[in-house]
Amino acid sequence: MFTHSPKQQRSASSPDTFEVLDEASASLRDEIDELIEIHGENRNALIPVLQEIRSRHAFVNSFAMQYVADRLGVSAAEVYGVISFYSFLKESNYGKFAISLCRTISCDMADKARIAKCLQEKLGVKFGETTPDGMFSLNWTNCIGMCDQGPALLVNEQVFTHVTPKKIKEILDGCRKTYQENEKGVS
Amino acid sequence: MTIRNTITFASIPTDKGLKAALEKEPKSVINDVIESGLRGCGGAGFPTGIKWKFAAKAEGAQKTVICNADEGEPGTFKDRVILAEWPDLVFEGMTIAAYAIGASSGIVYLRAEYAYMRKMLEECLEKRRQAGMLGAKIAGKEDFSFDIHIHMGSGAYVCGEESALIESLEGKRGEPRNRPPFPVEIGYENAPTIVNNVESLAWVSAIFANGSKWFKGAGTKESPGYKLMSISGDVKLPGVYEFPFGTTLSTILEAAGGEDAKAVAVGGASGTLVPPNNFACKICFEDVPTGGSIIVFGKNRNLLDVAENFQEFFADESCGQCTICRLGNVKLLEGIRLMKQGQCTDQHLEDLCSLGASMQIASKCGLGQTSPNVFLSVVKHFRDEIPRHPVAENDDQKTEKAKSSNLFQSVVQLFRTDADTAKNNSGTNKKGVSA
Amino acid sequence: MSGKTKTATKTAKTEMITITIDGKEITVPRGTTILEAARQNNVHIPTLCHHEDLTPFGGCRLCIVEVEGQRVPVSSCTFPVTAPVNVESTSDRIRRSRRHTVELLLSEHCGDCYSCLRNGNCELQTLAQECGVRDYPFGHPTEKTCSLDLSGTSLVRDMDKCIQCGRCIRTCEELQGIGRFKFSGRGYNKTVSTYLDRGLAEVACINCGQCITRCPTGALTERDDTPEIWAAIEDPEKHVVIQTAPSPRVAIGEEFGLEAGNAMTWQLNTALRRCGFDKVFDTNFSADLTIIEEGTELITRLYKALVEKDATVALPQFTSCCPGWVKFMEHEHPDMLPHLSTAKSPQQMFGSVIKTWYADLNGIKPENIVSVSLMPCTAKKFECSRPEMTDSGHKDVDYSVTTREIARMIKQAGMNLPELAPSEFDDPFGTATGSGIIFGATGGVMEAALRSVIEFVTGLKVEDLYEHADIIPVRGFEGCRYAEIKIPETVGPVPELIQHLVPNWDWLKGQTVKVGIAHGIDNARKIIKDIAAGGKFSECHFIEIMACPGGCLSGGGMPIPTTQEIREARAKAIYEEDKQYGETGRARKSHENPAIAKIYKEFLTEGPCGHKSHDLLHVEYTQRGKFMTDATTGGEDVKNGKDKTK
Repeated sequence: MFTHSPKQQRSASSPDTFEVLDEASASLRDEIDELIEIHGENRNALIPVLQEIRSRHAFVNSFAMQYVADRLGVSAAEVYGVISFYSFLKESNYGKFAISLCRTISCDMADKARIAKCLQEKLGVKFGETTPDGMFSLNWTNCIGMCDQGPALLVNEQVFTHVTPKKIKEILDGCRKTYQENEKGVS
Repeated sequence: MTIRNTITFASIPTDKGLKAALEKEPKSVINDVIESGLRGCGGAGFPTGIKWKFAAKAEGAQKTVICNADEGEPGTFKDRVILAEWPDLVFEGMTIAAYAIGASSGIVYLRAEYAYMRKMLEECLEKRRQAGMLGAKIAGKEDFSFDIHIHMGSGAYVCGEESALIESLEGKRGEPRNRPPFPVEIGYENAPTIVNNVESLAWVSAIFANGSKWFKGAGTKESPGYKLMSISGDVKLPGVYEFPFGTTLSTILEAAGGEDAKAVAVGGASGTLVPPNNFACKICFEDVPTGGSIIVFGKNRNLLDVAENFQEFFADESCGQCTICRLGNVKLLEGIRLMKQGQCTDQHLEDLCSLGASMQIASKCGLGQTSPNVFLSVVKHFRDEIPRHPVAENDDQKTEKAKSSNLFQSVVQLFRTDADTAKNNSGTNKKGVSA
Repeated sequence: MSGKTKTATKTAKTEMITITIDGKEITVPRGTTILEAARQNNVHIPTLCHHEDLTPFGGCRLCIVEVEGQRVPVSSCTFPVTAPVNVESTSDRIRRSRRHTVELLLSEHCGDCYSCLRNGNCELQTLAQECGVRDYPFGHPTEKTCSLDLSGTSLVRDMDKCIQCGRCIRTCEELQGIGRFKFSGRGYNKTVSTYLDRGLAEVACINCGQCITRCPTGALTERDDTPEIWAAIEDPEKHVVIQTAPSPRVAIGEEFGLEAGNAMTWQLNTALRRCGFDKVFDTNFSADLTIIEEGTELITRLYKALVEKDATVALPQFTSCCPGWVKFMEHEHPDMLPHLSTAKSPQQMFGSVIKTWYADLNGIKPENIVSVSLMPCTAKKFECSRPEMTDSGHKDVDYSVTTREIARMIKQAGMNLPELAPSEFDDPFGTATGSGIIFGATGGVMEAALRSVIEFVTGLKVEDLYEHADIIPVRGFEGCRYAEIKIPETVGPVPELIQHLVPNWDWLKGQTVKVGIAHGIDNARKIIKDIAAGGKFSECHFIEIMACPGGCLSGGGMPIPTTQEIREARAKAIYEEDKQYGETGRARKSHENPAIAKIYKEFLTEGPCGHKSHDLLHVEYTQRGKFMTDATTGGEDVKNGKDKTK
């Protein structure tokens, strides 16, 4: 027969292996594989997977973006395009506690400026920055739906309303305490 | 306390509506919704029953019911309250919708800002599954299975637009699609899809519990029934209120304690700014429509500050796919800043108003079409708020300066990233955070 | 952009609907867009983000029209005709909003028209004129705010000129399936960006340049090598030669106002000499050489696999003359590189030969030769600068220039190409064949190879099997094509040229040669997937792939614009020229080229795929992979994208 036997089936989509994969990337790869297992190996899984990486690692690094892209069959540019579109995916300055102060009209009228000033003073960083110890990052956010109880802010997923300078101190102390307890729990 | 007056939902027994609906044929369920006159509560006001009818008619195996819980309109928080207080009604509404159009899966697109509610909602869903009101053979109905899962948003106002929401669910940038085709024909994963607001779905449950005649009996001819309003700003009693459609703005202000307002933004950042001489207007689709946001501005508020805040919001939240919205909002924002400095010439103001009118007709989606509303309202109703400066001889020079790319740069700079915004706000820009 | 669902409805395509556009009744099939309906009937609606090769986007909002029953105007490029409605293509508010749109675009387009490569061929210029822009009410920047992306050898990206129509994004994604560009950011921060805003050299771009030919402005251009070439021409020490590929010759007339499909081959020779090139050669010579080398390689592979039962031989063999395709394989399928023919592309073969054989023959020091190639292609610029392309001991090809660049040079020299007298190519490579010419069209390399292989094996004339030696089954514009060529029961003697490689053709008697052809990387991907899945393409022996849709004739270096109509006209011109070769007594098959016989007799004396040709005419590929590690990217000089996004 004038036919050649096609070589063993090779997956056209199987990712290249990184020549040298450092330990962190290797573990990230395993984690992503696991997440894709849960959310499915398709495009719809992209955002849930990215959200999960975000919440675990504070930000999605270049390896993760490319690896997720490859696994889900989209280009790396596309993953970057998606991440940069969404406020809660794009920030790359997340600390352990991400503080997002609402800047939209009702909170603005409830004197968000005072709270902003207080936060900056207490944390020693400006908006868009993270404290040197990596504990807190400070960001603006658009309306968080607490317009009747402004000024309002989010700390990670938790919402705080009627925020006053006094309350800020409590919030920050609470965060530190939570962190210490978690650390103890781990060790 | 957020809830300020008697809300119908509080009196609706769980699953009463759903059980009533499941006793009917899907067709007559749709007819009842059409009959009730319920219109979408997200803001656009498309008749809910008609939407269902289209989706029921459309061919497609995997129809989906989506609950739009991406409540992003500034000044709107009634969906948050509904989800927190009466989640069952929302899930019931979704189940009724699924039964009506023949869908087997449902998705709640919950905005990232409401992530703290997720656990509670999941628990509620689980409870419903155990009670047999969700999952396979709902309420013992052999041929009706439907389940709901929660998908978290990631922070994008435009995803409240139904086709952008679907794009987002499909793992893409939340950019509104071209219509037609509409989601009811080609939606999530190219299958017929209905996207309904949280409140609309809750009203569906109430309508089946109390009857469509009850709902139609309230409100106005074109806007039957009741509406939840989120009231914030300079009022004594901010919070969520329920009013029948057609209630006058002054009645609402009286209830909330904001009678002496200078202006009221009805419909949030994308709504209109109503001046006191029009407080007698009625809140309904025939007169002044709203998705539920009422923001009250007291006597001492500078409306240019308000317009600036809104325009900053749109310049940031525009998905950016169409030119006129992406750049138009930046130009309006620049214009407002010029006005605040008394440096916007009449000619330039006229150009901007004309641009705003173009944005209203040429933008691809509702975001762009409504984004110049507040700007145009300020110019129309509150022209006195715009500082007048001597602009006689060096008018042209100033305009040139105003138009120069430097200014564009400064605007762009201000928006580069949050980090830069902060830098600018605290440093070079006079307004900003610290003011 | 799968989300932007095509508006054409799937059913009842034949149902006809009559609509009225500006009072004129127009009958079109249901699902036709209003824009298509208007264009078919000479109603002009301005567009910007629309391109007929790409999915409608509806983003620029210039093509909005009033449609009866719609609250606001709709974008005609996306709005399907489903009912007999009344359409107004223009109205006061539409004209005003179109003008506003262009004014807004100009407010962020840092355009210096005079120095722009697209001056005179810029859609934004035309739109500003059409939409009545008379001043800049929203500003017009004069200071650049973005740095040029000069990281790549082929493409230059100037984000100051980008107006975010997204045509490059859709081109790269839909036609090429590569997706190097994507919108990033949101609102005022939205921009067209690469992965992490890296330079094009850092993101596995294959340099095909298809984005350039669909860019409405000068945001994407070829790297302009003309100043260096003028300098070489002016240098008395330098012997400057140019080879011209077949595709540019049938298209360059478009740059001088001719309709597509007018070949300017012989006038171009005159023009290039008058520009100061010392010699003008025909790339078809080395196309013929490629056929011999690549064909021999194929025969060798088949013999090893089928007769010697060598399981390590990679089949099907892929063509390797398209540098975009080669780079794609290096990035995305490095494991499949053994399938690529090791034969260099015609451009590079010529380069090696010029700086060795030609230099020797003429007593010119190779270091004094400046070898230029006129190509339809931007990826050729990358190819000629590959470090491995220096087998002559020097850079084999010094500059690869596009059709557009040469057209500019000719204009700079004050010539109007169509008016020039025709002249011949220079010896010793003068007499090329028709097989070389058809390299420019998709399927051409395959047809050329088959013409030679058939004659080698059967001892018959191709004309005996195919009328006029036109192997029609491999022609056409279908994205992925498959063809079978039956070898007769009687075979001929093995030609002398390759006797050292195969003893006889008995093993091919009565067999069927299976071939595949694809153009556009998106189609190439389909073939690779099919091979992986063990489909019919996995049984192919030889597959031709061209990265650009339509093949080289719509390469990234060709005149702008490109449309299917233009591509067909160019293809017609190419096949016409091949036919003329037959009619004028020139050779049409690579192995009949006398210069080919001569080079194997005098220079490559060990024959095709022999030691010397292995050294000079074959190459090894690099496993690049698609992952970009931080270490391999992001030099300080590589800055890209609008600075405002940084």
